Amino acid sequence: MENNEFVIVDNREILIENELNLLELIRKANIELPTFCYHSDLSVYGACRLCIVDIEGMGIVTSCSTVPTAGMKVKTNTAELRKMRKMYLELLLANHHQSCTTCLKSDSCKLQDLASRMGVNEVRFKMSEVKMKIDDSCPSIVRDPNKCILCGDCVRACHEIQGIGAIDFINRGSGTTVAPAFNKELKEVDCVYCGLCASVCPTGAITVKQEIDNVWQAINDEKKIVVAQIAPAVRVAIGELFGFDAGILTTGKMVAALKMIGFDKVFDTSFAADLTVFEETNEFLKRRESGKKLPQFTSCCPGWVKYVEQYYSDLLDNLSSCKSPQQMFGAIAKDTLPESYGIDRADLFVVSIMPCSAKKFEAKRPEFNKDGQSDVDAVITTQELGRMIKQAGIQFANILPESLDMPLGFKTGAGVIFGTSGGVSEAVLRYASEKITGIKSDSPDFVEVRGNEGIHVKTVKIGGVELKLAIVSGLKNAGKIAQQVRNGECDYDFIEVMACPGGCVSGAGQPVSSDSKARNLRKQGLYQADKTLQLHKSQDNPYVNKCYQDHLGQVNGPEAHRLLHTKYRSRKRFNDSSFSVFNNPVNEKLQVCICVGTSCYLRGSQKLMQKLIEYVRDNGLEDKVDVRATFCFENCDKGPSVKVGQIEHSKCTYEMLVAEMNKQLSKIVV
Amino acid sequence: MQETKCKCGGNESARKFEKVCHILDSHSREKNKLIPILQEIQAEYRYLPEEVMTFVATCLDLSPARVYGVASFYANFALKPKGKHVVHVCDGTACHVKGSEDIKDALQKRLGLTDDKSTTEDMLFTLEPVSCLGACGLAPVITIDNKVYGQLTPADAVRLIDEVIAKEAE
Repeated sequence: MENNEFVIVDNREILIENELNLLELIRKANIELPTFCYHSDLSVYGACRLCIVDIEGMGIVTSCSTVPTAGMKVKTNTAELRKMRKMYLELLLANHHQSCTTCLKSDSCKLQDLASRMGVNEVRFKMSEVKMKIDDSCPSIVRDPNKCILCGDCVRACHEIQGIGAIDFINRGSGTTVAPAFNKELKEVDCVYCGLCASVCPTGAITVKQEIDNVWQAINDEKKIVVAQIAPAVRVAIGELFGFDAGILTTGKMVAALKMIGFDKVFDTSFAADLTVFEETNEFLKRRESGKKLPQFTSCCPGWVKYVEQYYSDLLDNLSSCKSPQQMFGAIAKDTLPESYGIDRADLFVVSIMPCSAKKFEAKRPEFNKDGQSDVDAVITTQELGRMIKQAGIQFANILPESLDMPLGFKTGAGVIFGTSGGVSEAVLRYASEKITGIKSDSPDFVEVRGNEGIHVKTVKIGGVELKLAIVSGLKNAGKIAQQVRNGECDYDFIEVMACPGGCVSGAGQPVSSDSKARNLRKQGLYQADKTLQLHKSQDNPYVNKCYQDHLGQVNGPEAHRLLHTKYRSRKRFNDSSFSVFNNPVNEKLQVCICVGTSCYLRGSQKLMQKLIEYVRDNGLEDKVDVRATFCFENCDKGPSVKVGQIEHSKCTYEMLVAEMNKQLSKIVV
Repeated sequence: MQETKCKCGGNESARKFEKVCHILDSHSREKNKLIPILQEIQAEYRYLPEEVMTFVATCLDLSPARVYGVASFYANFALKPKGKHVVHVCDGTACHVKGSEDIKDALQKRLGLTDDKSTTEDMLFTLEPVSCLGACGLAPVITIDNKVYGQLTPADAVRLIDEVIAKEAE
């Protein structure tokens, strides 16, 4: 059916084409209405009031929450609207800690931008003097509630896209802030450090933690050899900070800039991605042969790994045991480079340049630390590298490109496409297809696994083998798939998960972009980079093959396992304590703690507890036994977990529990 | 391990955990019943312990941050244990004009409390300012355990508290 219904926007007819709200329609008229709280990926909130328009017969309404209807007459720029918008901004600024000159977000702050656009050149209201505590407890993200304008973008992003809800509004009225549960610090709650909140925050209220100073310090230390590894997604985004379009490949300029800054060697995380393909594909094919631990989940994304550890610890065995490319690089670099440079291991300083905030957390995990030294010493984001380049005064646009160093700087196209959702799967397929069929292929691409959906399901036929893949981005989507796996409702062989929508190209460390356009351009940039490289399959990387010959031995062999694989653990969501079920004073009593955390709860710990309470009561043991409900012994995959005195029991049944309790009680009596 | 026990003073084995489960079940564990669930839990515990809120979030498939967000929004939900006797000092317009500040100061002094510390060490009293008790004709007004006392002087208010303390001592 032909649609010729129009809305009149500032005296021009604009066609209605399935726009969900007036704001999107007005954008079509090339008018950029100011807004803080409207994001096309998130639900409509209507809190910031800046996108107000004047509609004939309706008066002044927010365009984001108004559905366009035929014949609507809309004015977007009346004197009254301008005055109101200006007032809203003034009020926001009066509540805002205006430390703009020292604020990290200064170059991309939406509040600053809109205040300037709307002509706010003074704030007539008294500044709020209450100072709230800055939360820099976790390695990835810093929350400064003094700069928050309560637009709620972060709250909705965490809830709606990641399905976590680590932060929410607390208190009310003038006391309202955004904070984690119970006003705890981020490190104490279930945040996975993906940084999506920081990406959508229009001000400097949530930012990615900076490590630039550590890197400068290492560079200035003459004893240290400082090497960089550049993640795939960085090369198609850093140019945006220096006037290039999104998706333009600037690897060579980046290498030159890093050398000018003082890095001794510049390598490529894509080398380690090729290495990951060797390890992960062989691990997958072995699992497929034995039919065990399937489907195999990818483990490149540290946000996803923490998510599984917290919510799906029963699926930890399904996670590939491969370290992420960042950590594989760190392990190989620290194991091989000191010898070739003739230095101590302690004098090699490995810096990762990542599009990601969670990578900072990953690098600090104890699993990736040998004798007190991390495999990766510092992780800086694309934005931080941009800042370092600017600090050094380097004219990025004008400098001539240089080449990456060997051998850890050599990669194939397969290692480069890791930076986008679907890339890891395609790289694995390029390896698996030759391994399965035994035939060298001239057309390595598997374009069918490239897609923009959050959940992309494809069955790929290789030789006579059918592989069912799910490619997932966004943790809410990942949670849906993980739940299907837990319930045994799906038959996937391989599941790729990236926490950020679209994969690493839209990570929290990337330059700020307000829409998905930049994400798509960066993605295309990566596929283009793959096209222009000579090699496209990880197995063709001569330096990775040499690395196996010289250092690692067999793929999946013992040395490869020592350096390139890791272990995961159940992780509790909250740091919290227990509560007592009976109300008697506690002294000299046998403590029985029953976990009522999510996993144990789902495995029936509540019934177990109720039966125990009845038993204790029926046998008159209330003054001898203290029954406590607790949260999480970090043993979730073997729940229900209980602790009787000092003894822990997993997969505990009622009979086991009563027997253990009576055993210990008899000892106390004696 | 931190203790967060109910301080309601009951001597019989308080069946708190069962009670929470019972409350959840009586609302079919529906997440849109969060507010009535929290109200009933508060009626049982006299406040909302953190651990219980986490448990409720788990059972209702909500994030603990969301449950805490709701609990901290409403002034009627208490996030800290309350004393045995709850004293409300009205600071609505009428009471304010009639000197409710002085009453609050006198009571705080008598009980050793401040604006940041509203419950006594012995868990006997909680003193809270409220916006309006709806008894403006009797201003200034306080309530002790929901019983209204009007037209008070600071000395009257302190005497009322002394009476409660004396009764508790018996």
